[in-house]
Amino acid sequence: MSAIALKNLDISYGTTKVVQGVNIEVAEGESFALVGESGSGKSTVLKAIAGLAPDWTGEIAVLGSPRSHKVDHDFATRCQMVFQDPYGSLHPRKSVDTVLSEPLLIHGLGNRNARVIDMLAAVGLDQRFRFRFPHQMSGGQRQRVAIARALMLEPKVMLLDEPTSALDVSVQAEILNLLKRLRREQGLTYLMVTHNLPVVSFMCDRMAVMNKGRVVEIAPATALHDGSFTDPYTQTLYAASGGNPKSKETL
Amino acid sequence: MTDTLLDVENLRVSFPTPTGRVDVVKGLSFTLGRERLGIVGESGSGKSMTGRAILRLIRSPGRQVADKLMFDGNDLQALSERAMRKVRGARISMIMQDPKFSLNPVMTIGDQIAEALKTHERIARKDIAARVIEMLEAVRINDPERVVKMYPHEVSGGMGQRIMIAMMLIPQPDLLIADEPTSALDVSVQAQVLDLIDELVTNKGMGLILISHDLNLVARYCDRILVMHAGEVVESCDARDLHKATHPYTRGLLAAVPQMEEKRDELPVLDRTAWSGT
Repeated sequence: MSAIALKNLDISYGTTKVVQGVNIEVAEGESFALVGESGSGKSTVLKAIAGLAPDWTGEIAVLGSPRSHKVDHDFATRCQMVFQDPYGSLHPRKSVDTVLSEPLLIHGLGNRNARVIDMLAAVGLDQRFRFRFPHQMSGGQRQRVAIARALMLEPKVMLLDEPTSALDVSVQAEILNLLKRLRREQGLTYLMVTHNLPVVSFMCDRMAVMNKGRVVEIAPATALHDGSFTDPYTQTLYAASGGNPKSKETL
Repeated sequence: MTDTLLDVENLRVSFPTPTGRVDVVKGLSFTLGRERLGIVGESGSGKSMTGRAILRLIRSPGRQVADKLMFDGNDLQALSERAMRKVRGARISMIMQDPKFSLNPVMTIGDQIAEALKTHERIARKDIAARVIEMLEAVRINDPERVVKMYPHEVSGGMGQRIMIAMMLIPQPDLLIADEPTSALDVSVQAQVLDLIDELVTNKGMGLILISHDLNLVARYCDRILVMHAGEVVESCDARDLHKATHPYTRGLLAAVPQMEEKRDELPVLDRTAWSGT
């Protein structure tokens, strides 16, 4: 059973079709990347899976069960999303405690106090952050809260929309390490959108390259080591990201 | 450097807090000729404040003092606010981080660029339009006649940033300060925008201060690099010798960047416990 299966997925915003004919299968426990430039439709694919872009046709299945077009309670317990900008995705007037308890409240789960405490520890935040508001925290700390919020319902599949692009390199390293550790500890499946190829090399097993709403190539992350891409667009993208300086030296 | 454009000595920028004034830039000194200087550091290291302080743009209650702040033979600290306005834009200009927030949403792009020109030069109206189109062509915007009539929301981020560059370069300044000019952009567009800045700066013989948190990017586009941490310069080196950097902070920053050929299982992180108060 694959964790995420997308078949002939078309997504539209109004009359414009932004994603066409996407076929992706992500195995359970795999970390899969969607790469491409802005406007290529990579974030839209994540939004459709999360139910934020409801105008789609085709099939979306997560952990074997198909997704409906409506708000889906069960789906939320299996699959959660982390957004790009921790400055925008946290409610400015809700404390960390409220933000983390809310999913538990909605799904009627008990033992909230202990769960919030455990989750803060799991994402490496000190307990004193529990009653802080977003403006009292740095970008990296906020992104940890956003990750904690996504993990509160113990989902098996995580959708990550450029989780580190709003952060500094040094903080990015911390968040990437955290995501990697959480995946190992909890057996999570990641579908991650990014335009940073070195991050893919660090985090992911396979990647799909998108351009103008279509998947042009699916390649293993090891292709980043030697640049063995077949599609011309992927090769340009690889070159624009600096390629691999070491292999250039040996040439 | 024989031809010194900017000479900064012991620059301090401070902000008041409940526990007294805190220096966010602590005694920064450097000189700049007609060359490309990169300033690197994490958020909060004071790199943007340095850029703003050069233009005397630190707002109250922030305060800036320097032993020396000379630009092309003029003491910037002695200038009146009125004289300073003649320097800003015309002699030193600054490209901000995000084009979405630095362009006026209710003015057409052509009008905004023309405004930048009219403020600093007396120029006939028909020449203005021609200069604007010429400038947009210089920043490689296709079909500039159409773009001048558009509003900022109608253009993409990469295009917006190129428009910002056009606006900043049209009065032909001597020094360009680029504060994270590409962090809001895609990798593919990033390279284009930086190549463009690089080309314009080299051709016109301008000075450039590139402020960024991306070490590799700065190393690629600059001649010299200052690494800042907590308001101080911890290391200053030639861009070529960045990989030979010796300061532990610079080494830490370099190591934290994921590589294209990543084999490490975990990225080394900076030990923050030593200096983080909150």
